[in-house]
Order: sequence, then C-alpha cells, then structure tokens
Amino acid sequence: MKRITLSKLKPGMKSVITGLLAKGGIRRRLQDLGFVEGSHVDCVGISPLGNPTAYRISGTVIALRSEDASQILIQEVDTDV
Amino acid sequence: MSKNHSIVKNQSVTKLAVEKKSQDDKVIALAGNPNVGKSTVFNALTGLNQHTGNWPGKTVENAQGYYNYNNQNYVLVDLPGSYSLMARSAEEEVARDFICFGQPDAVIVVCDATCLMRNINLALQIIETGKRTILCVNLLDEAEQRQIKVDLDLLSERLGVPVVGTIARSNQGLNDLMESVQTTLQAPPPTNLIVYPDFVEKGIETLLPRIDSIVGNYLDARWVAARILDGDQNLFNSIEEYLDYELIEDPEIQRILKDYQFKLKDKQITQIELKDTMAKTFIQVASVLCHDVIEEPLIASDQRDRKLDKLFTSKLTGFPIMLIILLLIFWFTISGANVPSDLLAKVLFGFEDWLANAAISIGIPSLIIDLLIHGVFNVIAWVVSVMLPPMAIFFPLFTLLEDFGYLPRVAFNLDRFFQGCDACGKQALTMCMGFGCNAVGVTGSRIIDSPRERLIAIITNNFVPCNGRFPILISIISIFLVGSNSGFSKSFLGALILVLVIIFGVGMTLLVSKLLSKTVLKGIPSSFTLELPPYRKPQIGKVIVRSIFDRTLKVLGRAIIAAAPAGLIIWLLNNVQSGDTTLLYTITDFLNPFGKALGMDGVILVGFILGLPANEIVMPIIIMTYLARGGLLELEGAALGQLLIQNGWTLTTAISTLLFTLMHWPCSTTLLTIRKETQSWKWTIISFLVPSVAGIAITFLFNSLVRIFI
Ligand SMILES: Nc1nc2c(ncn2[C@@H]2O[C@H](COP(=O)(O)OP(=O)(O)OP(=O)(O)O)[C@@H](O)[C@H]2O)c(=O)[nH]1
Ligand SMILES: [Mg+2]
Repeated sequence: MKRITLSKLKPGMKSVITGLLAKGGIRRRLQDLGFVEGSHVDCVGISPLGNPTAYRISGTVIALRSEDASQILIQEVDTDV
Repeated sequence: MSKNHSIVKNQSVTKLAVEKKSQDDKVIALAGNPNVGKSTVFNALTGLNQHTGNWPGKTVENAQGYYNYNNQNYVLVDLPGSYSLMARSAEEEVARDFICFGQPDAVIVVCDATCLMRNINLALQIIETGKRTILCVNLLDEAEQRQIKVDLDLLSERLGVPVVGTIARSNQGLNDLMESVQTTLQAPPPTNLIVYPDFVEKGIETLLPRIDSIVGNYLDARWVAARILDGDQNLFNSIEEYLDYELIEDPEIQRILKDYQFKLKDKQITQIELKDTMAKTFIQVASVLCHDVIEEPLIASDQRDRKLDKLFTSKLTGFPIMLIILLLIFWFTISGANVPSDLLAKVLFGFEDWLANAAISIGIPSLIIDLLIHGVFNVIAWVVSVMLPPMAIFFPLFTLLEDFGYLPRVAFNLDRFFQGCDACGKQALTMCMGFGCNAVGVTGSRIIDSPRERLIAIITNNFVPCNGRFPILISIISIFLVGSNSGFSKSFLGALILVLVIIFGVGMTLLVSKLLSKTVLKGIPSSFTLELPPYRKPQIGKVIVRSIFDRTLKVLGRAIIAAAPAGLIIWLLNNVQSGDTTLLYTITDFLNPFGKALGMDGVILVGFILGLPANEIVMPIIIMTYLARGGLLELEGAALGQLLIQNGWTLTTAISTLLFTLMHWPCSTTLLTIRKETQSWKWTIISFLVPSVAGIAITFLFNSLVRIFI
C-alpha cells in the first residue's frame, strides 16, 4: 500500500483518498464532487492523448487533468476485491 | 459608516424577476446537479420545450413556465445545474442567485437516484438557506437497472422534507411531485440539518446578530454567517448586487471576523482547516443520512458505460470513431438534402410564377409585383429550399448524439489540445453548440469556470461553421470540388471535404485560442472538472419532432425574417439609378478590387456584408445579385453552378469563398449575444475583428500563393 497522488493511479486501479493539496476554489469543488478523505476513487480510463483521466467517484465519473489529479493524495488498495 | 437599518432591495433584483400571471401565483425553482433531468421535469409540468440533452451544462439560463394544480397557479423556473451553492461558473451563479435572491416560494431539488449522496450534498446546502424544499429523486429507472434501491420514506423522514421518486422521462411520479409541492407550501420551512463543529458554530453565533439586523429580511442570517466564515467571495458580490450592501466590508462584521480569526489562531486552526471542516460537514451529514437509505451492489454497476467509453475514448479508437461519426452525419445531410432541396425549389419557384401571374391578372402594378414577388419572395424561396432540408436532417442527427451522451466524450478526447492552448476542455462543448448556432455556443460558454477561458471560447466560437453556413459550404463543395462523380460517392466525397473544412476550423480555433492566451488573455489554465454522464438510449421520436419544431423552424424563421428585407434592398439597389448604372452596379464594382484581392469578387463581398443579420442569406444574396446584374429574374435549381461559372467563378474563387465563409465576422445575433455575455463592447469588437482578420489574411495568403505558383 503506497501513498501516491491520484495522477499516478493507472486504469483499473482502486484507491482511497488520504488528503487534498489543491488550493482555492477548486479545493471546495473537488470536495463537493466527493473527493474527500476516506472516499473511494477508481481510475476508469485515459483520454487518447494521455491527459485528462477519468475517475469513478461517488457513483459518477469525473475527468481531471493530471495537474489537478496530482493535487489529490491517495492510498492504493488491492484491486482483487 | 455602518448602516443600522435593514437594507433596501436593489433594482437589479428585477433581473431575477418572474412574471406571475396573478399575485397569488407561487414561484417554484427547479434546482439540482447538472444533467439530472430538471429540464425534463420542467417540460413535463409546463408543456414547454426547454432543450434537454445528456450532458452537463445544457441549460445555462433560467427559463420559466406555468402549471396549474388543484386550482393553484404555479410559476416554475428551470435553473442551470450546479454541484454546489459555492458557485464556480457563470451558469452556477445564475442558479445560486435565483435560489438565494429570487425569492422562490419553494425549491424542488432534482436528484439522480444513481448517485444520490452527491446530490444530497447540494440539497442540504439548499435546505440550509431556509427555503422550503422538495426532494425529487429522478432517474429511478436507471437506478433499478443498476440494482440501486433508494428508501424514499426513510430519506424523507431523516431530511424533514418531502421526497418524491420520479421517472421524469416517462412522466412517472409527477403528480405526487405536484401534490408534495402543494403541501410543502402550507407547511413551515424545513429545519436546518447542518450542525458544524463547535468552533465553527461559535463563529456563526458571534456574527449572527449583526447579520440578522442587516440582511435578515431577505436571507437566512445563519446561512449568511456560515458563508462569511467560508469566505465565499462570489456570494458577497451577489449580495452587493442584489441587496446593495457590501456586507463583507461592514466594519462591525470585519471586527467580529478579526476577533474570531485571532481565536482560531490561538487554537492553531488555519483558514483552510476551517473551510475544509465546513465542506466536510455536508459530506458527513449526507453520508449519515444516506446510511441504510441507499442499497447498491458491491461491484460498480456501470460496466456497460465503461465498455462504451473504451470504444469512444481509447487511444486506438477514440479519434477514428469521432471522425467517422462526423463524416456520417454530413454524408447523411448532404445526400439526404439533395432531392428535397431540388423539389422545394421547383415548387416554390413555380409558386412564384403562379403568384406573379395571378397578381398581374388582378391588376396589381408591376412595380409592386417585382418588388414583393420577384424581390422578397424570391429570396425567401431560395433560403427555404437551400436551408430547410440540410437543417431538417442535421439537427435531429446531432441531437441524437447529444441525447446519447457523446458530447462530453468529445470534450474528454480533445481536452489535451485545449490544454496546449491554455484553454478549457469544455470549449469543445461550446464548439459543438456552435455547429447549431454560434449565438448558442457563445451563451453556452457560461459552462466554463474561468472568465479568461470563457472569453477565449466566446471569441473563437465563430471558427466552427454554424448551420447557416453549412449550406454555403455544401453547395460550393458539391459544385466545384467533387468534380463529375455522381450519386453516393459524390455526396461521400463532399462530406469528406466538409469534414476537412471543419477540422481546419477547429485548427484555427486552437491556433487563435493559443494566440489569445499568449497576448490579450494571458493567464495560466485553471483547474477543471468534466463529468462523463452515463450513456442513455436517445428518444428517437421525441428528438426528431423537437429538433425539427424547436430548432429547425426557429432558425429558419430567423433566416426568413432576415431574408425579406435583404431581398427588398437588393431589388431597390438594382432599381435605383446612379449615373448611368444602377446603385447595385456601383457598389459591387466599388468592392470588386477588394474581393479580387481575396480571390472573390464584389458581389460575393456584398453577399457577406448584407448577410450580417444571418449567414443563411449570404448565398441567396449572391445569387440574386448575379441574376439582377445579368438582367435575369430567376434560376432553375440545378443551374446554380452554371450561374456562378458564368460570373467568373473558378476553383480559386470557390476555395476562397469557402475559406471566407468559415472565417468572417459573426452574424449580428451572435454579436449582440457576445455583447450581452461579456457586458463589454471591447470584447464584442475583438470578437468581430478576430475571425474577420483571420479570413482576410488567409484568403489573401491563399491567393498570393496561387498567383505565384499557378
Ligand atoms: N432514463 C431516464 N432518463 C432521464 C430521466 N429524466 C431525464 N432523463 C434524461 O436525462 C438527460 C438530462 O436531462 P435534462 O432534463 O436535460 O437534465 P437537466 O438537469 O436539465 O440538465 P442541465 O440543464 O444540464 O443541468 C436527458 O437525456 C433526459 O432525456 C429519467 O427519469 N429516466
Ligand atoms: Mg436543464
């Protein structure tokens, strides 16, 4: 179980959020979308040119650019559950 | 100086005013996350046709309609979607402002049953404002498909507000919804469920008396106090706008706030921790509320959507599929429009003759016949026969894509390019809206959070051809560029060239966005989130009917309104003598050298200039002018190519006109919309100049190259 940022999460991998680094308005927006400590977030796909990436969070899919995903701290969890 | 009396409402409240039919009408707002079915509920209750589509950000403006239930009249206001009352974009501001300052009697919060918790977060924020609230849990059919169950009764009990389950798309549950609205209006407002941790509550408590004395008559004081601690500057701006008071600058409030911040420092609590605590309180309350209310399978139930995403957004297939879809849409449009266009032309021009003969036989002066029938009616006939068939095919096809949920995937695929231009990926969505109508694309730019990136999207929207310009492109392509091929292969080649033209337009959009980012609109790209909603089976019948009646006929109507005076002007110009020629000759001859330098001629330029009110009339004006100059009065449909060639059109003329069609000034409707959206003449003028200069530069360059090499 490594602590990494969300931008490192590969498609098919699951994780739990451990913290937010984002500042300003986007911080609250991420929180309102469910990106808060303890939430599960999975990587579900990368766009054809490699950025942005789509994540499953609180029952929906949200795409983030890697700059923004790297502001979210996560802990990877085992995929086989 | 602090005012000690309660404030007076500001004039700009009228901006939010609803039109009641009578004083007793109740105003109900429809709020909720984006793309949850608010407009669908609105349409079902009011019988109106607000546009719906399967992508977040379809509604960017308030719309209002009426319904009657149990002898009570209601005014229903459809709001843009928002994730939070902490507005980040112009569309979210519109929604927040109406909920908070528009004084609705109640708010229906429409929720997506498949991701209820996130929706409840917004509902809690709205309940916190003290408004009477009804929860409408929509999309129950999708929830059932995904084996998600919601205990509506338990939720209602815990929330203390009525909860109604609906499937708005098939009109289910709407009676219960109206019933709940009625009972809610008679009940007291809901009690607040949000209790922050102690140190926050203390802050609210100290601010409360002062806030209550200032805005207590209009807003829930506790809610405002909490937002002051939250530091929601965007809200303070709206308070100033609507209540005419700089609340946050109030000396007393400033003093209390400073005091409070000292205390926080003592406890070693940072401003960010304070804000986080407040944001998390909502999430926690929502999650406690939803415990046992939502029952869902352990494994994510969106497998089908993810498979489709693989198809539409993977490295291998994402772009090819995008191009194929675009190609197919245009192929259907071009090949399908051909026959009906000719038929319409035959019928309408036949009718023109009949009308003229009939008019002569009843003794109407020939001047008036010329003016109204051969002038005005003729242009209208051109517009209808050239415009109607492609629009009637293109709009429904495009709407089907929209309803299916494909557009957000386009934005997802293309975002990397926009990153490269320091712009927002949602600009791809406003570009798509521009295909229909650039004015719609400009208004739609409200979905873009950052004002800088929104301006870029507005200024560059004109680089995608709107529906008014497609027919010009299509006729030029099929007359001059696809050669002697016939039938299906001809229309396929035509579609292919059209796709290339559009790719060129997108390329220009990116290039100009980049230039703007490096010059007048300098800045770093802002953070952005893009929701990829579930794919939905499009409602084919509804889509066809709606897109023909709402979009096609509306756009066509506008074109006809613009065409009639244009026909009149051309006729007049051609009949007013100036020296020994007509005024029309004088003008086109004057413009000719400019036109020639750009590979076109004076007549074509006159077409673009008189076409300012609507691009739909550019081609008819060009045709009319050639005919008038040639002394002819009418033209059989198929002879268009002949007419152009007779008037000196070559392949170079065709390509130059094609390029200029893609890049010239926005139509007047779009310009007025830009003025309205930016509130600035400066940006309106820039939006006029940017595509015009680009078009002039590129056609000039193209022709210089042609002259050198050929
Ligand atoms: N299956 C299903 N689809 C629905 C239902 N209600 C709405 N839809 C579809 O959901 C999509 C979004 O509906 P809209 O009414 O445009 O949503 P909105 O909340 O107004 O969206 P914004 O204006 O963008 O915030 C459309 O494709 C609707 O046809 C429903 O109960 N069941
Ligand atoms: Mg809507």
